[in-house]
Amino acid sequence: MRRFKEKLSGRIFFVLALSSISALALITVFIVAKGAPIFVKVGVRDFVFGMSWAPGHGEFGIFPMIVGTLSVTLGAAVLGVPLGICCSIFLTEFAPSVLKSVFRPAIQLLAGIPSVVYGFWGLIFVVPFIRDRIGGPGLSILAGSVILAIMILPTVIMISEVSILALPRQYKQNALALGLTHWQTIRSVMLPAAKSGIVAAVILGVGRAVGETMAVIMVLGNAVALPKSILDPVRTLTTNIGIEMGYASGEHQQALFATGIVLFILIMILNSAAQFITRRK
Amino acid sequence: MRISPRAGERIVKVLIWAAAMLVMAVLVFIVAYILAKGLHVIDWRFLASAPSNMGRSGGISTTIIGTLMVTVTAVVIAAPLGIGTAFYLAEYTRENFVTKIIRFSAESLAGIPSIVYGLFGLIFFVVYLDMRWSVLSGGLTLALMILPTVIRTSEEAIKAVPYIYREVSFSLGATKWQTIIKAVFPSALRGIANGILLSVGRCIAETAAVILTAGSTLRMPTSLFSPTRTMAVHFYILAREGISMENAYGTAALLIILIFLINVVANTLINRFVAKSR
Repeated sequence: MRRFKEKLSGRIFFVLALSSISALALITVFIVAKGAPIFVKVGVRDFVFGMSWAPGHGEFGIFPMIVGTLSVTLGAAVLGVPLGICCSIFLTEFAPSVLKSVFRPAIQLLAGIPSVVYGFWGLIFVVPFIRDRIGGPGLSILAGSVILAIMILPTVIMISEVSILALPRQYKQNALALGLTHWQTIRSVMLPAAKSGIVAAVILGVGRAVGETMAVIMVLGNAVALPKSILDPVRTLTTNIGIEMGYASGEHQQALFATGIVLFILIMILNSAAQFITRRK
Repeated sequence: MRISPRAGERIVKVLIWAAAMLVMAVLVFIVAYILAKGLHVIDWRFLASAPSNMGRSGGISTTIIGTLMVTVTAVVIAAPLGIGTAFYLAEYTRENFVTKIIRFSAESLAGIPSIVYGLFGLIFFVVYLDMRWSVLSGGLTLALMILPTVIRTSEEAIKAVPYIYREVSFSLGATKWQTIIKAVFPSALRGIANGILLSVGRCIAETAAVILTAGSTLRMPTSLFSPTRTMAVHFYILAREGISMENAYGTAALLIILIFLINVVANTLINRFVAKSR
């Protein structure tokens, strides 16, 4: 009886452990099955590189949205990544312990605030600021980049911090003993040694930016057109789904799932890259 | 011109401090702004009365109940799956091909955008399994979304339990199952609870995945099969359609307070956990 119970419990844990595999498989299968017909009908090339999105007329080209996603993400990375890495250096190297005990929970709170709240704050604060002080309609790539930069900070900071903290103590001690200043030690010994973790942090942060929907839906303006400057409104892959899913049906709905497939592939590439980099060590 | 190492040191220090303070300032600004505009809206009537006129007037009681039901459903489903997976990974197997796939799946799930979870929940739970827009569809979708968080935090907590606990338990003649239930699980409980709390926070904050699977009706949900609107979705609709800024700010303030409280409790748990295992 005891033997049986032992065996049974092992089996049960194994079955539970299969849940994440089955979830990933189900998600992949169902989204692909629902979106694939539009690839067949329109053609992958015309779907991905098509310039016109007019579901009413059967035109499904998402190239402007791919450009939108890439430009907003790039903007968020340019603003957020240096700031995030600086913050992780601050936390591990410079912050007095009192500040550390305030800063860390603050970053966690930043990670927990609902994305719609960021979007709303962007809409009432960032968008008017850009419109009045910088120009353009305000609803723009720039506004989206600012909001996303704030939103990816926790990811970049927390993962970089962990990889800096994981360094052997001797690295720093030896460098300091050789007469390097604190910053020289950080720049030429610690950051290079923690590189793979920091790169993974950046990739995961970028993944968050690519996948974010509700925050950017409010500040991007959502126009389907190729942007000419960072002050132009754009639509991203995620916001395309978020805006139109509520009323879409038939082919239109399939096209939104196909947009989801493109997004899914983009994210899986980023995730696998991050996993590959952190595993390699 | 070459900058001397000592001057460089000072410049960098100023820059890094400035970056950290900027981030703090932005956070404080966002939180303070929402609280300043929303805190005075929150009173007993706001919390306890149902929304009327699309949310233009009345309170947000139905959305609070909706949020609660969806979140509880998600946690009740995700917790056994996630904790079970964590025990399997930490106690029952060496690193091999299967664990590699499990880890890859969990980490991939963690990266999938919530809108994709929404799409999947819509096509699988709402349409294919015919659960309609309901608390159950929303809860199941969120359960998948929080699964990786539960797995990761639980596994960390289980691995933090000193090995000697298991050895002592085995030496007393306990089986593996008894060891896990009586020796490992209680010591890992705080860490596991911390992960569950973080997941609760994510459920409360989620919008994209829930709006596509639980719907957005303002009626009071009466069972797992009724459609509902969560607080985050309510805030989104109020703000985006400009229905009532007053109530939008109130809802947002309440969301931030909830997330703050959850973080505080989760941090106390984990600090005690760390203190205990030392």
